[in-house]
Amino acid sequence: MATTVHEPPKIEPDRQPNHGLPSRGSGNGGWRNLVPVGGDLRRLKDYSPPPASTGIWVGLAAITMSFAAFTSALIVRQGAASDWRHFTLPSVLYLNTLVIIASSIALEIARRRIAAFMGGIKDQAASPARWLYVTLFLGLLFVAGQTFAWLQLRSQGFGLATNVSYSFFYVLTVAHALHVLGGLGGLVRVIGKLKHSTLRRSTLDATSRYWHFMGVLWLYLLLLLWMKL
Amino acid sequence: MHDTSAHAVHHGVPTSFIRKHVFSLDHKVIGKQYYALALVAVVVGMVLSWIMRIHLGWNNFAIPGLHLLSSTGAPGNVLTPEYYLQLMTMHGTIMVFFVLTTAPFAAFGNFFLPIQVGAEDMPFPHFNMMSFWITFVAFLVLVSSFFVGDGPTLGGWTQYAPLSAVGAVAGPGQGLGVVLWASSIGIFCIGQLLGALNFITTTLDMRTKGMSLMRLPLSAWAWFITSIMGLTAFAVLMPACILLILDHVAGTSFFVASNLVINDQVLPHSGGSTLLWQHLFWFFGHPEVYIAIVPGLGIVSHVLITNMRRPLLSHRVIIYSMGSLAVLSYMVYGHHMFVSGMNPYSSLAFSFPTLVITIPSTIVVLIWLGSLYGSKLRINTASLFALGFISMFISGGVSGFFLAQPSIDIMLHATYFVVGHFHLVMAVAAIFGIFSGTYFWFPKMTGRMMNETLGRIHFWLSFVGTYCIFMPFHYLGIAGNVRRYQAFTDDYLIPLIPVHKFITIAALLTGLAQFIFIYNLIHSRFKGALAPDNPWEGTSLEWSTATPPPHNNFGDKMPVVYHDPYQYSVEGASTDYVMQTSPEQLKNAPDEK
Repeated sequence: MATTVHEPPKIEPDRQPNHGLPSRGSGNGGWRNLVPVGGDLRRLKDYSPPPASTGIWVGLAAITMSFAAFTSALIVRQGAASDWRHFTLPSVLYLNTLVIIASSIALEIARRRIAAFMGGIKDQAASPARWLYVTLFLGLLFVAGQTFAWLQLRSQGFGLATNVSYSFFYVLTVAHALHVLGGLGGLVRVIGKLKHSTLRRSTLDATSRYWHFMGVLWLYLLLLLWMKL
Repeated sequence: MHDTSAHAVHHGVPTSFIRKHVFSLDHKVIGKQYYALALVAVVVGMVLSWIMRIHLGWNNFAIPGLHLLSSTGAPGNVLTPEYYLQLMTMHGTIMVFFVLTTAPFAAFGNFFLPIQVGAEDMPFPHFNMMSFWITFVAFLVLVSSFFVGDGPTLGGWTQYAPLSAVGAVAGPGQGLGVVLWASSIGIFCIGQLLGALNFITTTLDMRTKGMSLMRLPLSAWAWFITSIMGLTAFAVLMPACILLILDHVAGTSFFVASNLVINDQVLPHSGGSTLLWQHLFWFFGHPEVYIAIVPGLGIVSHVLITNMRRPLLSHRVIIYSMGSLAVLSYMVYGHHMFVSGMNPYSSLAFSFPTLVITIPSTIVVLIWLGSLYGSKLRINTASLFALGFISMFISGGVSGFFLAQPSIDIMLHATYFVVGHFHLVMAVAAIFGIFSGTYFWFPKMTGRMMNETLGRIHFWLSFVGTYCIFMPFHYLGIAGNVRRYQAFTDDYLIPLIPVHKFITIAALLTGLAQFIFIYNLIHSRFKGALAPDNPWEGTSLEWSTATPPPHNNFGDKMPVVYHDPYQYSVEGASTDYVMQTSPEQLKNAPDEK
């Protein structure tokens, strides 16, 4: 559907509790949702979290496990032989760190503006999409910065197989960058929904949780690499 | 625009053939697709085991047409030693990943978890569809290794480094074959992670009104617990596969030590840790065997309760036991590495939880036996296979006590004793769980009944046959018969060859008996008697909807749940069983006192 300039973005609030009998398709289970003796439906709880907000935590748990596996591999491999070579991390990584932190801040501003819009303060929500674009740009800048770091190392003659410490550097940073690209895909989807269809609050929240997690994961990786490499 | 994060229903009834049967978003179709994949995979895996068994019994027997599979691997239709190992690797990999993981967990779980919790579908149907097709691609990648280069890898399903990581120098299939193997398993991990994401979210968020966690049937609990294991285990295996592939294609040294000489060639790698692979692999590998068996525990409990017409001695203890199995399964993986050169004190540390993990398994078995005692069990093929499962689980589990102790394991490690142990406890038991689930749920899945007579013939042949195959394995192992030998030429092994011949004959006959099942499956699908909505008089939600269930599972009105899942023979109730959706008030039901 085409959008006009003045058309406000359509945002759907969290699922409204539906009072009374269950309706089709709302999956009204939820935690500790017991039916009282005699089946008095009026005493039923009507809340169930939107699946996206649970799903994102499940997804992040899997990503955490993967990076934990990489981490333990790094620690075991470093202790296994004396061929570990220490090197100084490319300084652009620190700049990239600032970029990814800034992107998280931009996304948080966007999220608050959209929340304000949903709270009825419409003038503040003049362009929530603008801050999403800023986030997108900063995210791309981060990936570009990481690419710069890889190219810089390669031009100095340090490739993937030069030493296992470089191997781990490339594997961890590339794996993280791929996850960041996934997050950028999510952001594009959120922007698309905001502009052309309906954006669910839970979709926005899940995407921003993922994005913030990418930032935290990067801080962790930077610390790990800084300590070990 | 498609939406993977929407709430429950957002895809209408599909109209095109592609959306209905190929790239379907319907969890029921995806479940059947997984089942079909597992069926194809199990036939491939079984034929591979036949070829191996014939070779072990009659070393020079020419199997007609075998050279078509590989002219170099089977010149004159007789296996070369290397090709024997290549087939063995593929047998293990196909069976563990594409049968024991897909059928009990992904196939039945996909079809029945959303129905048993009272949802219209999984919350992320696009992820669900991708999950199946990614798994399918993984299968194609694995099978393709038969037809490229010098065939599939010969490293065994565990792919121990360094020989798995050094490339073609280590033997046929160790170059491209390993890369394809690791790629296949890496892709498979992605598919299963997407599946686990859906399973967990379905269980937590999609339950219908009144369906508290403790009101979930035991099968749903089993799938939920399995999906948590899958999420954490496959997320570790995938990085391991990535590192293994890099050692191959990029020349890195994660797993290959310095100055390694293989086949008179000095390798250029430096400092890699061979044990690292084993740690990463078994951290996945041990939970994986529970991923294969825990759904069976749930399915068998579900089938038994329905046929006993009374609940188990304790619903909660079964759930807690399955949960303990899941937690402990991460703490015992080192028992696969007792002879790896790992610190002996670590062996002790891994031995203790391994012995502890027998406690929840034993509790589950005792609850089954205690509940069966004095019950008027309805004998049908599903309940027979459930009993068979218990039998296999006990027989295979008892040998686990021996292997859990490092001092005994040093003797028995890498012998047929271990092969017999894991085939009984996790392979055949899990397969019996699949059979039990198939005979039980086939009416709901297809709308038709399976043939009961053929089913019972299938059960007895399978039950006797598998014991004939796998019990002698224990004897062979104690006699010192090392596994993975393709011929028995040593003096102490030659007297054991008749035992191998017996096992081979048993394996061929038991395998043939499985075609009775496949015939029954296909014939009943089209010609079987029409099934009523609730043929077994069950109580859980899958029996309260139509047979087969409509696209959105429950038609116009979502179910409301009033009772615990297994209200059988309740005092004061008007029928023998009270369905979860029945608003009838019960006086003496355990949850409503």
